[in-house]
Amino acid sequence: MQSAKKDMFKRLDDTPEKLVTVTIEGQPVVVPAGETVAAAVLASGIGYTRNTAVSGTLRAPFCLMGVCYECLMVIDGQPNRRACRHYVEEGMIIERQHGPGDLPT
Amino acid sequence: MKDHYSLLVIGAGPAGLAAAVVAAEQGLDVALLDEQAAPGGQIYRAMESIPAERAELLGAEYQRGRELVSSFRDSGVDYFPNTQVWSLNHKLETGLLHDKKPAMITADKVLLASGAMERPVPFPGWTLPGVMNAGAGQILMKAHGIVPADGVVLAGSGPLLLLLAWQYLHAGVKIKAILDLTPMRNHLRALPRLPRALLAGHYLLKGMAYKRDLKRAGISTLHNVSGLHAKGKEQLESISFTHRGRQQALETDLLLVHFGVIPRSHLSRAAGCAHNWDNSQQYWRPQQDDWGQSSIDGILIAGDGAGIGGARTAEHAGRLAALQAAHDLGRIDQQERDGLARMDRKWMREELYIRPFLEAFFHIPGKLLGVPNDDTIVCRCEEVTAGEIRKAVADGHRDSNQVKFLTRCGMGPCQGRQCADAVAHVVAAAGGQTIDKGGQYRGRPPVTPLTLGQLARLYPGETE
Repeated sequence: MQSAKKDMFKRLDDTPEKLVTVTIEGQPVVVPAGETVAAAVLASGIGYTRNTAVSGTLRAPFCLMGVCYECLMVIDGQPNRRACRHYVEEGMIIERQHGPGDLPT
Repeated sequence: MKDHYSLLVIGAGPAGLAAAVVAAEQGLDVALLDEQAAPGGQIYRAMESIPAERAELLGAEYQRGRELVSSFRDSGVDYFPNTQVWSLNHKLETGLLHDKKPAMITADKVLLASGAMERPVPFPGWTLPGVMNAGAGQILMKAHGIVPADGVVLAGSGPLLLLLAWQYLHAGVKIKAILDLTPMRNHLRALPRLPRALLAGHYLLKGMAYKRDLKRAGISTLHNVSGLHAKGKEQLESISFTHRGRQQALETDLLLVHFGVIPRSHLSRAAGCAHNWDNSQQYWRPQQDDWGQSSIDGILIAGDGAGIGGARTAEHAGRLAALQAAHDLGRIDQQERDGLARMDRKWMREELYIRPFLEAFFHIPGKLLGVPNDDTIVCRCEEVTAGEIRKAVADGHRDSNQVKFLTRCGMGPCQGRQCADAVAHVVAAAGGQTIDKGGQYRGRPPVTPLTLGQLARLYPGETE
């Protein structure tokens, strides 16, 4: 939905760390190991990260320190994960959360 | 992890790290739990892994945390990163999740060093993607080397706004504008407190140097701004605001806001520690004595979680609390405790000279805190508006918890962390009463997410 928009964030040219590949909304993305999911998602430029359970409006990470719970996403199939409190891992699958988040069956 | 420690420290920012080091020196059996992957808290985040040039961009105040982090690493304290504390009670039982596994451990003393969070201030459009806290912008830069791509607007009131602008300037980030929402009358309000602040003049000089650098770089700063409004359909597109009596607009896809910091008190509240409303500092702070002892015997609180004093004050307070714990547990007598505490007390007093001035200068106007437009969302999780809260007040409810039951504000995933103070302000303003009268949300465990399966695994014999 936001793919036509220009990127909100960019990376400083100072990150020589090890890289891992994750999938964000179906797209493979190479990101520094040790990064939080929220940071990887913001740098990827996908825009919103969830729509709300109450009205369906779009939201994105707000505080990045674990107190706002706005960055709830589906990580490796588990809904309601705080993207700012989870770290990227090789092969991780990161998806937007739609509504309250259904538990895997 | 053992199931009992003599001192359990929660939080690996300056207060927690300093406390753990001193307690270990005094021979206490110490564990430190922290939700992050590495020590440093928010202020010294990523200290051990940050590339040198990025650390340089962040300035000297950041880099001085290196020594503290390394002394902690040398201390031999049992350190558990990536650990969520989901409960604490008056029996000093601490429920935690480490490596996704639950545990319940006990301690003779628990020291809460949970630090600060940014003060959430609702304004129209603040839930749009593209509106974030300034602290979030700083975390992205510090821990991840990620900065705004093409122009950012910084808005609000508080020292962090200026510091972040200066750090962005050094990183070559384009700043579209800085909107200073500090009202002009605050200058007068702060003036009588200036002489005392001059005793900690290095902070004032630093602030002035930041301002000078930004001005020289030609960055536009508008003062005495009001009526901030973020606009956009699915994402931030523009902002509007009032400056010199005129409404203005700016196009931007990124707005970073900051309205000061408040103690992060969710755990101390859920544990049942008594808190009082502090009118000068505009937040609830836990009751405590000179050594950090809270209203619950054995629970100590140090650092910004006990009242905002900044990173250096937090270190001193952490050491004082650790000395008190060592004294209470019979490691040192009163005279030794007082002797060891002497320099920290002196330095802490000197650090605090600046605070009354900062509190007055960056006092957030009551109108901004307590009177958002009817349509403005106050509780972000349950999407409860200021109008709905005022309606509950008009119907006769004058207590934050009553309003919560009625409207669901504070009942979403963040458990009221974001709206607790905002709701208290709106209830007070609408009900014509002081904030303390309306009370504070009751916090309840689990204070961080925990699945039923994880909870059940605490008692394996009884579940399967």
